Amino acid sequence: MLDTIMLIAMFLLSLSLLLTLYRIIKGPTVHDRILALDSVGYIVIGIVAVLSIHLDSHAYLETILLIGILAFLSTIALSRYMERGVVIGRKRSD
Amino acid sequence: MSSLDGNVVIEWIVAILVLFGTAMSLLSSFGLLRLPDVYNRAHATTKAATLGILAILLGAFIYFFFSHGVSSIRLLLGIVFVFLTAPVAGHLIIRSAHRYGSPLAPISVQDDLQELQKNQKEVDDEKVRPVEAES
Repeated sequence: MLDTIMLIAMFLLSLSLLLTLYRIIKGPTVHDRILALDSVGYIVIGIVAVLSIHLDSHAYLETILLIGILAFLSTIALSRYMERGVVIGRKRSD
Repeated sequence: MSSLDGNVVIEWIVAILVLFGTAMSLLSSFGLLRLPDVYNRAHATTKAATLGILAILLGAFIYFFFSHGVSSIRLLLGIVFVFLTAPVAGHLIIRSAHRYGSPLAPISVQDDLQELQKNQKEVDDEKVRPVEAES
């Protein structure tokens, strides 16, 4: 039973990944694209967790932390770049 | 391939948690697709994705705890990390969008932060000007 449910869950997560990819390609402003990229990171984390249940091995769980950290850092870098033109600035931080 | 040895209750709990998380993630994607404006879209993705990922990772943690006897600290760390960073990332994106001047949807009624930022910018300019005059 659990195998079938994991397959269904992976299918639905892939569907939501496709919807998010539509927003990345079509998005009217840059911030829509940044938001959709952030969302892609979280969906990929969910896919890795479901895949590790399906394959019955906990060897893939480091990937969750890695993808989480990379998605968070890239989101922060992109939004700071769009806000003030630099990623690491020496001005006062507000 | 699952090795729960017919422990039906745990199996159902894991299935319900994973399906709930998947449904939340799918709903957040629909919100990202359908809502009119970047601020509303952030409202959809940040909350729903956080709750969905939390449910999926909790289901995986329960599964590995009862099938392998492993209490995986990496999954708990992942839950804590996602729960800490998702609101921060959403806040940063939206603050950047508002300062960049991303347009509101036509259905929006008022934007109080705009006037506040205008006043703040005038105060900042007055602060900056004497320094520039010195140098």
